[in-house]
Amino acid sequence: MRQESGMTLIVKRITRITVSLIFLFGIYIVLHGHLTPGGGFAGGVIIALSFIHLVLAFGKKVALKRISEATISAFESIGGVFFWSIALGGLLFSGVYFLNFLPKGEAFSLFSAGTIVFCNIAIFLKVGAGLFAIFVALAFLRMPDDPKEGGKAA
Amino acid sequence: MIPLFVAIPLGAAFIIPLMSKVREGSARWIATGSALALLCLSVSSLWWVQKGALVYSVGGWKPPFGICMVLDNLTVLVLLVINLIGFLVLLYSLDYIKKYTAPSLYYTLFSLLLAGLNGLAVSGDLFNLFVFLEIASISSYALIAFGTEAEELEASFKYLVLGNVADLLILFAIGVLFGRASTLNMADLARSLQSISLTDPVLYATALFIVGFGLKTALVPFHAWLPDAHPAAPAPMSAMLSGVVIKVVGVYALTRVVFNVIGITPLISSVLMVLGIISMAAGVLLAIGQWDFKRLLAYHSISQIGYVVFGIGLGTPLGVAGGLFHLFNHSLFKSLLFLNSGAVEHATGTRDLRKLGGLCRTMPVTSATSLIASLSIAGVPPLCGFWSKLLIIMAAFQAGHTAGAVVCILTALVTLASFLKVQKFAFLRAAEGLCEGVREVPFFMLCAMVLLALLCIAAGVFFPPFLELVVKPAAQVVLEGRRYAGFVLGG
Amino acid sequence: MSLYALCFILFSIGLYCLLVKRNLVKKIIGLGIAEYAVNLFFILLGFKENAEAPILDKYTASQNFVDPLPQALILTSIVIGLGVTAVMVAISVRIYEKYRTFDIREIRRLKG
Repeated sequence: MRQESGMTLIVKRITRITVSLIFLFGIYIVLHGHLTPGGGFAGGVIIALSFIHLVLAFGKKVALKRISEATISAFESIGGVFFWSIALGGLLFSGVYFLNFLPKGEAFSLFSAGTIVFCNIAIFLKVGAGLFAIFVALAFLRMPDDPKEGGKAA
Repeated sequence: MIPLFVAIPLGAAFIIPLMSKVREGSARWIATGSALALLCLSVSSLWWVQKGALVYSVGGWKPPFGICMVLDNLTVLVLLVINLIGFLVLLYSLDYIKKYTAPSLYYTLFSLLLAGLNGLAVSGDLFNLFVFLEIASISSYALIAFGTEAEELEASFKYLVLGNVADLLILFAIGVLFGRASTLNMADLARSLQSISLTDPVLYATALFIVGFGLKTALVPFHAWLPDAHPAAPAPMSAMLSGVVIKVVGVYALTRVVFNVIGITPLISSVLMVLGIISMAAGVLLAIGQWDFKRLLAYHSISQIGYVVFGIGLGTPLGVAGGLFHLFNHSLFKSLLFLNSGAVEHATGTRDLRKLGGLCRTMPVTSATSLIASLSIAGVPPLCGFWSKLLIIMAAFQAGHTAGAVVCILTALVTLASFLKVQKFAFLRAAEGLCEGVREVPFFMLCAMVLLALLCIAAGVFFPPFLELVVKPAAQVVLEGRRYAGFVLGG
Repeated sequence: MSLYALCFILFSIGLYCLLVKRNLVKKIIGLGIAEYAVNLFFILLGFKENAEAPILDKYTASQNFVDPLPQALILTSIVIGLGVTAVMVAISVRIYEKYRTFDIREIRRLKG
């Protein structure tokens, strides 16, 4: 067998299918944050997990060709700036910081609750990109080859 | 207007990573600009609170349903400390950070630290206080490890672990208070705790708060992280930590919770006084044998914070005013001392006092400012340190705690001796081999140090109006105790 | 009341692990256990007997909900814990690069 990066062929095949499902599920949890439990944090973690799934199955280089480190960093900053501008938008449009200033539709439908949907999207960008960036940064550190003798402790 | 204190540095922290990809070097100006804006806002807030405390309901939800931000006189004093020292330290870092590899990360983390500290000061809600405390703490953990040398990482890890345990204890205590009163708004809690008498769960929460905030303030016996963490950080960050963070995150939060929410009792007051006295004595005695410049300054921080906690723990008007005035003064002269040590290290490459010498000829501005700062911390009139220590000692004698007052006086004498040693070894004797041919440090560093020295002198010479305008109203708020609830919730 | 005492015992287990174990990674795990204990304590504070999960729906008839405020607060606290754990792990990985060991008996260059 040729030496390839990542895991075996079965894992790679299944990953192609499941990554998109996990991503879709994460987006569902983010968008329905005001109706069902979840919201930005949980959805962001799930979406980051879908990318981590890619890294684990295919190896670092292949996964990072899909989405580069600069893109991740940019998404994280964009998420932060978006959330901050929603808060400031409340200040500009209605004079109260963080006010929910978009129209609220009928209860329990998808487009009710004003700015909460956009807040959730901003949080998901920041948390998802942030978590994936942490994983990439930690996974990329090369360990020195021979650890110190007797370095194992209780 | 109050949310701008949090919105401006947060916005700077989020925008800097984007802008520094577009244009190199824009990070420094965004950060410095936001710090300058914050400084102007906090000076003008002195006028806003003339008529009484300001309450701002975030999102339009009235307290106790929503989060509120409160600006009263104690907050104004703390905001002045944070933003003044923050701006001057940023000015200093414009030149100092050039020797590290990732300056834009430094400015991002520093803006986050400022956001966390400002949010802590204006917060009117216990959980909001906790969240901003965590933001400030995480930024400081990362900033201490900024140089990523071996010793900096070790120091940062020690601070991380102890700081995390402190945060967990604080969260536990917030949980106990929430279970007792079902609300987390500080004013509402004060009101509910008035109708319930000071029973066991609240005393347990107070003990946890004192331990948690004491760990953050580095009171003895919780001080073990400070002598490692403060020297290891880059010099502007040490100035910020020692001059601002341990005070805002520790002393201000402790004062707010213990005085305004739980209500001071003689038991809590004597615990604070005992902790203050032990910190004063232990800090100074441990500082005598130090030969590393920054480690010596770190130990002196422990002892001066002991003064502040002792003064506030006295609970009398003079004592609390003395403690708060000493908080302001200490941030001025301790930051100046750390910036001086950073300048010395920048020019000569070493912090060891035995290897330094003769710097008063080659670095005149640095040595003049360090002389002013050393005289301030030792309590020499008419500089600022003398007046605040005098207030605390007088308050201790008036309240009948002569033992504490005697410890204060002796500590001041030993502090004077210690700083005379620093001045002699680093600046006044003949130059050793390492120190020939060093030059003065770059412009922005000088600028920041000179401004701080001028402020030290001004706070000392012009102390009566400052005391009346800023410190006495702040002490008034502390001593009001639980009547704080009346101001915030409107009677 | 016994539930709260159990939370405190869990916190002590985490603290014990932090104090006694000598490997840096085990200390991080100990802090994680202590953090779970505090979060659990907070959520248990909002519990009421025979109450339902606080999700408002078109089809919900009852008004008997568990207190949702602690749940929202703990969500924030969990994310903060994630951030702190990430910083701790990153610093300990760097410590391994510099000191070549995770044993704290060897990582003692700062003294005095």
